Amino acid sequence: MPDLTLDGRPLRVTPGTSVAAALALGGDGTSRTSVGGQRRAPLCGMGVCQECRVTIDGDLRLACQTLCRDGMRVETRP
Amino acid sequence: MSGERAADIIVIGAGIVGAACAHELARRGLDVLVLDARCGGATAVGMGHLLVLDDNPAELALSDHSLRRWREWGPRMPEGCAYRNNGTLWLAANAEELAAAEAKHANLAEQNVAGELIGAERLRALEPALREGLHGALRLSGDGIVYAPNVARWLLGAFPERIRERQARVVEIDGNRMRLDDGTWLSAHAVVLANGIQVTELCPELPIVPKKGHLLVTDRYPGRVNHTLVELGYVTSAHNSAGPSVACNIQPRPTGQLLIGSSRQFGSTDPQVEGWMLARMLRRAVEFMPSLARLNGIRSWTGFRAASPDGLPLVGEHPQRPGLWLAVGHEGLGVTTAPATAELLAAQLFDEAPPLPLHPYSPQRFLGDAACPT
Repeated sequence: MPDLTLDGRPLRVTPGTSVAAALALGGDGTSRTSVGGQRRAPLCGMGVCQECRVTIDGDLRLACQTLCRDGMRVETRP
Repeated sequence: MSGERAADIIVIGAGIVGAACAHELARRGLDVLVLDARCGGATAVGMGHLLVLDDNPAELALSDHSLRRWREWGPRMPEGCAYRNNGTLWLAANAEELAAAEAKHANLAEQNVAGELIGAERLRALEPALREGLHGALRLSGDGIVYAPNVARWLLGAFPERIRERQARVVEIDGNRMRLDDGTWLSAHAVVLANGIQVTELCPELPIVPKKGHLLVTDRYPGRVNHTLVELGYVTSAHNSAGPSVACNIQPRPTGQLLIGSSRQFGSTDPQVEGWMLARMLRRAVEFMPSLARLNGIRSWTGFRAASPDGLPLVGEHPQRPGLWLAVGHEGLGVTTAPATAELLAAQLFDEAPPLPLHPYSPQRFLGDAACPT
């Protein structure tokens, strides 16, 4: 069972859970803040729309294309 | 059949060149109708890089004159126009390119365009993301960037009482009259064609060909790059061949995103992003900025530059079609040179002394002189 942190909060998910699913399980489902200041959330779920960009261990990545791993740090803000 | 007299001037094409022409003519008191087919052109897909280029004296004169105008407009433009006077660094990867930087510096200095030669160490301090081992750069601090679609809107909105816009496709041109796809005929004192690569649909005699380009934009990484970074190979070798070519061009947008170019392909009108070309272009950029490889690219797209045989635009009256004026063929420099293009066009329409010599941009150089009256 991977243990990760989502914006600093611990979260345990079942193996095979995508980071996009973890956002919904452990937070309010949002992934990022747009240039205009709005919160955004995963939309297409298949790596096309780019709405689910989050910072994973320091790099910007797509939440829907990334599986949760033990020790992963996921940040959605600012 | 003579058609409704729709305005003093009808401009076809609401991209940056058409918008600048409409703005300049309205500023001089004319009523202008701008028609656009909304089928997309180069303005919305280009980089919005405002730069002085000096491949020949006419290109230098047109771009330098325009840059002066951009620096006046910049502070007055709304934030959405994304104007930044961030300057360009022309990167020299080897001794030959450093010599090219020195020659470019001297050539620009002759025209009173201020540049600064930057040594290898200082270059690393200015742009730490660049790889080690570059030989230096030429810094052009007068260059900048904009978001061109919003600049076009700003220009068209500056004189609401004198500029009207209408979505319409023109299917036939006859001097200063035109037929729309709904069959309506419109006329004006003069018609200005500023519709980029689509110009040959209305004037097949014009020697304008599309040159395809790819771009990619990354997610937001503020503060990684300051200047627009362009390799000198852009002028010394990469884009001087007839085949497909790439050159490193990395531009920081005000959002923190990086816009990555550039590529050139001839003989294609297919807008599809081609993986092999995109890969080649990105590999070239990564050679100059290795950390780029870890960044997240979020969109890539293509566009078509409207290229004339000598790389200079056609600005002036069509010699065989009185009443029809041309402002086309700007290739990759249309955003930069739109202001000077508009001033050259207006000076000719008003029969005034132009701010620059007209002949390098004269349509006559490809179309010949006026037909003999019969």
